[in-house]
Amino acid sequence: MESRTLVHPGIIADESPSTRDPTPVRWALIGIALAFFAVFLLLPLLTVFAEALRKGWGAYLAALTNPDALAAIQLTLLVAAIAVPLNLVFGVTASWAIARFDFVGKRVLITLIDLPFSVSPVISGLIYVLLFGAQGWFGPWLQEHDVRIIFAVPGIVLATIFVTFPFVARELIPLMEAQGWEEEEAAVVLGASGWQVFWHTTLPGIKWGLLYGVILCNARAMGEFGAVSVVSGHIRGLTNTMPLHVEILYNEYNYAAAFAVASLLALLAIVTLGIKELVERRVHRHSSPGSRENES
Amino acid sequence: MSIAIRHLSKRFGAFQALDDVSIDIGSGELVALLGPSGCGKTTLLRIIAGLEYADRGEVLLDGDDASHRHVRERQVGFVFQHYALFRHMSVFDNVAFGLRVRSRKLRPTEAQIRERVVRLLKLVQLDWLADRHPSQLSGGQRQRIALARALAVEPKVLLLDEPFGALDAKVRKELRRWLRQLHDEIHVTSVFVTHDQEEALEVADRVVLINSGRVEQVGTPESVYETPATPFVANFLGSVNLFHGRIEGGQLHVGEHVIGLDSGDREPGGGAVAFVRPHDFDLVPGWPAGSGLPAKIERVVSIGPTAQLELSRGDGEAGEPIEVHLDRQTLGRLGVREGDRVLLRPRRIRLFQTDALAA
Repeated sequence: MESRTLVHPGIIADESPSTRDPTPVRWALIGIALAFFAVFLLLPLLTVFAEALRKGWGAYLAALTNPDALAAIQLTLLVAAIAVPLNLVFGVTASWAIARFDFVGKRVLITLIDLPFSVSPVISGLIYVLLFGAQGWFGPWLQEHDVRIIFAVPGIVLATIFVTFPFVARELIPLMEAQGWEEEEAAVVLGASGWQVFWHTTLPGIKWGLLYGVILCNARAMGEFGAVSVVSGHIRGLTNTMPLHVEILYNEYNYAAAFAVASLLALLAIVTLGIKELVERRVHRHSSPGSRENES
Repeated sequence: MSIAIRHLSKRFGAFQALDDVSIDIGSGELVALLGPSGCGKTTLLRIIAGLEYADRGEVLLDGDDASHRHVRERQVGFVFQHYALFRHMSVFDNVAFGLRVRSRKLRPTEAQIRERVVRLLKLVQLDWLADRHPSQLSGGQRQRIALARALAVEPKVLLLDEPFGALDAKVRKELRRWLRQLHDEIHVTSVFVTHDQEEALEVADRVVLINSGRVEQVGTPESVYETPATPFVANFLGSVNLFHGRIEGGQLHVGEHVIGLDSGDREPGGGAVAFVRPHDFDLVPGWPAGSGLPAKIERVVSIGPTAQLELSRGDGEAGEPIEVHLDRQTLGRLGVREGDRVLLRPRRIRLFQTDALAA
């Protein structure tokens, strides 16, 4: 997923003239990087806000307070509020099991955790349609008992959970494996119960990594389009999340409204990146070399 | 609390970590489990603590079978090799942890906890570090905090895994002496694991030598050093020279040379391995006829009161150089130098019959 390169401060300052690239090359590289960033990242972001505000603040606010838009915002928040805590619990449990125990099927579990990343979101949605849809495996049974999953909120929640499942676990597994088991063992020998061990030794060690995973998980949960699109049925005011609402408005040539709702998602992304940056700094400070073993 | 280990065996896959181990440790004793890395000593320690389970055998604490008692209820203190201090807690909170996690009924008041933690920090002479975090401490300080934390719950048994392994030589020596003093003060039954024979011999009341999951010898430091029971022990404790030969007519034949034996060493004939410590040789200049092994001095390192000589076999047999320690005066009196020929006469030999070994 994302690459987290830890750039050492001072790496440029320490470079000797013999290993430094010639100035023109340096400027060319920086120039290309900045131009690329401007055209492909900054410009679209600005476009979103520019388009959203093209008809003025009144139209912008009207687009956001439209009942359908409000329903979409509400649904998106609801889905995230269910999917993120569940994935938090699943993620911690799965990474605990993988990092701490050896068991049959461990490799398979590690591979399966990555499945949502490797499979197209559309397929993820289709899996649930095949399982719970009218013609699906459990379809008849569900219809008999009057339970609606596909084209209803439960389906959206399920698809979102599936798609966002790896974020927390992927963040925690390497962290917990690197931290080892000794502190927990020390706590057990000192008489701590299982819950006390988790609360006092495991959690403090993983909290920043955990928060980082939750932030990414949340961003994806709110922004997921493909899988949700398949299971939602696009019923206005009922099963439209924000990304789906944006698409519908756009298809209706209602650009200003589409971009207004999109601007909310963009804002969410910016805030997420901001928090992520802060958390990342904490994570690196806590796992920086020397904080664990620095006797010489 | 006394510890009795009865017929303990443990496998990790195809690896036999412990093989029918039985040891008795008396109340208040300080015992070292000594052996090369991978010999199973740490596994044994972890089984005593309850962090690992044996495949067979049992651990009796004060005569009661503890095999099925949970770690929490065994009342052991464990000091981990890398200390395993809680990184995010201050030194004070680390030491207080074992008291604070107790159930409400058994938990001392916060004032009592404070008092006990301060007392323990004074005991390990680090009360001025109470507010620091583990990352701000040196290795030796962390080690002592880990010890204070283990002692806070008033364990009946103290278990230490390579307690000085990660420290530099000087600190290690200091802490060793300090641990011995501490034990004499608090007298809690203690078992520590080490691969460093010097450490084991200096600190422990008794030493348990372990090799490949088996107990080779148990005894006081003097007895295991002076009268090793097996070739492994002879080889492992201190530096030693090894000669293969045969016993015939009350003499040891090494190649074509003959070394006279004390009556005590005269075992009936057959193949034998002889161990001679570097300081148990007499040197005779030249290669006169008679009992002894001809050798050539290759190197003399004469620093401090003892001179260390490295010799090669005079009969051209390849192999490890022979190590001999002499005091400087003796070396001066003999007047031998590098390149000289000498006859080596062992004063003390530890003999093991190889036929018996094979059996």
